[in-house]
Amino acid sequence: MTHQVSSPTRFTTGLSVRDGRDPALNQAPKAVKIDVEHLSFFYGVKRALEDISLQIQANLVTAFIGPSGCGKSTFLRTLNRMNDIIPGARIEGHVRIDGLDAYASGVDVVKLRRKVGMVFQKSNPFPKTIFENVAYGLRINGLAASKSELAGRVEESLKQAALWGEVKDRLHESALAMSGGQQQRLCIARALAIRPDIILMDEPASALDPIATQRIEELVYDLKQAYTIVIVTHNMQQAARISDHTAFFWLGRLVEYDRTDKIFTNPSEKLTEDYVTGRFG
Amino acid sequence: MNRDRLRRLISSAFVGACALAVLLALVPLAMVLFFVVRQGIGSLNLAFFTSMPRPVGEAGGGMANAIVGTLMLTGIASLMAVPVGVMSGIYMSEYAGTWLAIALRFAADTLNGVPSIVIGVFAYGIAVLPFKQFSALAGGFALGIMMIPIIARTTEELLLLVPNALREGALALGATRARAVFTVIVPAALPGIITGIVLALARIAGETAPLLFTSFNNRFFSRALTQPISSLTVQIYTYAISPYDDWHRQAWAGALVLVGFVLTCSLLARIATARIRRLRG
Amino acid sequence: MRDLPFRIIVGAFGCVLALLVLAIGVELTRQSWLSIQKFGFHFWTTDTWDPVAGQFGALPFIWGTLYSSLLALAIAAPVALGIAIFVSELCPAWLQTPLVFLTELLAAIPSIVYGLWGIFVLVPAIRALEIWMPEPLRAIPLLSGPPLGVGMLAAGVILAVMIVPFTSAVAREVLQTVPAAQREGAYALGATRFEAIRAALFYARTGIIGSIMLGFGRALGETMAVTMVIGNNPQVSASLFAPQYTMAAVVANEFTEASDELYLHALVEIGLVLFVITLVVNAGSRLLIWGLGRSGRTRPSRVADVEASAA
Ligand SMILES: Nc1ncnc2c1ncn2[C@@H]1O[C@H](COP(=O)(O)OP(=O)(O)OP(=O)(O)O)[C@@H](O)[C@H]1O
Ligand SMILES: [Mg+2]
Repeated sequence: MTHQVSSPTRFTTGLSVRDGRDPALNQAPKAVKIDVEHLSFFYGVKRALEDISLQIQANLVTAFIGPSGCGKSTFLRTLNRMNDIIPGARIEGHVRIDGLDAYASGVDVVKLRRKVGMVFQKSNPFPKTIFENVAYGLRINGLAASKSELAGRVEESLKQAALWGEVKDRLHESALAMSGGQQQRLCIARALAIRPDIILMDEPASALDPIATQRIEELVYDLKQAYTIVIVTHNMQQAARISDHTAFFWLGRLVEYDRTDKIFTNPSEKLTEDYVTGRFG
Repeated sequence: MNRDRLRRLISSAFVGACALAVLLALVPLAMVLFFVVRQGIGSLNLAFFTSMPRPVGEAGGGMANAIVGTLMLTGIASLMAVPVGVMSGIYMSEYAGTWLAIALRFAADTLNGVPSIVIGVFAYGIAVLPFKQFSALAGGFALGIMMIPIIARTTEELLLLVPNALREGALALGATRARAVFTVIVPAALPGIITGIVLALARIAGETAPLLFTSFNNRFFSRALTQPISSLTVQIYTYAISPYDDWHRQAWAGALVLVGFVLTCSLLARIATARIRRLRG
Repeated sequence: MRDLPFRIIVGAFGCVLALLVLAIGVELTRQSWLSIQKFGFHFWTTDTWDPVAGQFGALPFIWGTLYSSLLALAIAAPVALGIAIFVSELCPAWLQTPLVFLTELLAAIPSIVYGLWGIFVLVPAIRALEIWMPEPLRAIPLLSGPPLGVGMLAAGVILAVMIVPFTSAVAREVLQTVPAAQREGAYALGATRFEAIRAALFYARTGIIGSIMLGFGRALGETMAVTMVIGNNPQVSASLFAPQYTMAAVVANEFTEASDELYLHALVEIGLVLFVITLVVNAGSRLLIWGLGRSGRTRPSRVADVEASAA
């Protein structure tokens, strides 16, 4: 099945209303946390993202869905400038976090990433102890003044990530000895430890079994009180379960962005409908 | 039919010839090891390690000064080569693909192929001639030059094996590039890098040519950095080309010590590498 | 750009490495200037090496270096390729690691130990061979000369032993870059093992040549073992049994004895040329090997595996 995409701007419907009102939500407007404007992204000459504009609201869970290779990860990684380290990568447009341009010339990437935490698809604990993994960000950023504060924040983060009970007796064992699900929650704890505002998650549960996945989902639900969460997922049920807003990407473009229930029950775009109902390649 | 049989015959003969080649290479290995052990074991005793060389005509004696000399020379070489080698390796892997990284790799391979005698001549010009003095420092300098490219290349290779996910994990927590490298990436590859350094040490400990006119030789016990110093290899050489049977025996004993050291290092490195591989899975 | 200082510091260490290569060339040229000026190209075409008379002709050393290295290559190349093929294509998987380790040991044994073994084991054996050799054979220039034991043959054999592990290791890596499809294709056409391997060798030919050149580069600069068995006599002779001399050996032997400056500069010039030659040979072989690695790195495969999967 092929789809003719006529105009990219047509797709940025729903929430990307510039005046801050949010007709689709019918509720008090929340603060815009991330504001993306006309963003294009290139790997060398290859264009991976095309003119994307959307606004992500604070203290909500926003899900990115779309077929493999459509640019979800690429887009997510532009939000904390993780793509900076890819040679030949280039970006156009604007990303504003709390109103400040993330790509402006004076911006300190390190500070930005401290504010915008990230959890990766494949858990990537450092080959250190459980404790040292969580303490890492605190140490390098000098966020704990004393040993006891460090230990306190490690404990707090592990509790937030619902991992404390399982690991409190083996904090000083290697993180690599944990199960896949535990490793992923450790990575979440590690990200939480430095108290970011925003947490980006790139398919955090895709490598996990259903039970571990469920724990991650519960965790996301709990975390949203305090954080703005952006999550990429391949799993549409998951997106429907945990997110408030959903953005559908297709071939490097943002096709539709709206409230999750609307996307899944009554999407405006035929393309979205085909995708969420599974009638899609 | 006949042709096919001929083809099969040729094929079998070829396979046989390849197997023969392996045996052919193992013969000198076995012979060298056999002779070194047989000729050397008789003169090898505690005194060999603790006493000084005896003059011609007196049996016994040892190579205490040469053993200490070799330790000092390899120590000086390591002090010089480990920082330069490891840092070059870091550059080559962190900035792989940049022109400088490519140039460095080429330079390292080139330096690795420079005959050791040429390195000796160079070190003579740089570190002996201006001071009009053979010295341990000059010898260590020469050996250090030989060590640098080996360490640089192994470091590079091992760092490239560290999953990019670890680097991204560190950066996402607000680490600078330098932090990520020194707190996560290098530690992850450290066992391998140390193995590489041990192998490089084993290799330069067996070098003679670069020492002939840098550290020269010394009949006496010396620990002075600015004086000529004895080394196991130069001492073996001196003894080997002398006409005296007593000295020949000493040469074999020295060769046994040297081979023992080198083979132990290789074996340990092998075991370590195998274990690292297994841990990585 | 917070990473810039890091990059600069690490890069500076890297530059030390790169500058060393340059410095070697410059320093050696500087230290051989007298000789270069005085003798010019003549240095390499005259065969009188008489330090006392101030006569320096390096032809015998060039000759000895090339002769010994080519001889070593003639012996080592087939053996090294045989090993590479056996290890990477033919032997059972469990034997691979031990065999690789053993060839690594061959490379790990220091030059001086090979030299010692050469003096006391190999040279007497060759002398016995020379004495045993029937008189008529001695008339052949290749085999002429008094039975000394030391000489070109001993050097060639020792060198061969020393370069086999290098060449076979690189050849093995090169063979591993050959895509499975090459061997499968050959088998699909009904090829025998030999023919399939020949196809793989042909596919990887530039890399194979590179690996042999790399061994050649090693042989050119090898010093101690050769010095101890080649006889150290500056003459141009075709005989395998004649004592001769190499560039590396003359530098090793005479450097500390060089009494006047011209003598020293002549020796350094020999070192300089050795440096340049090995540089060219190594660069050439690297280019051949790298070129291959870039063009077709795919899933490694082995003839043995292809056969196993076909069976
Ligand atoms: N480092 C890179 N260099 C070049 N192209 C890349 C790179 N990373 C991704 N791409 C390309 O960019 C496009 C978008 O990739 P991206 O990883 O963002 O997709 P995705 O939606 O996350 O897919 P998936 O669901 O499989 O994770 C793809 O076509 C991919 O091939
Ligand atoms: Mg992705």
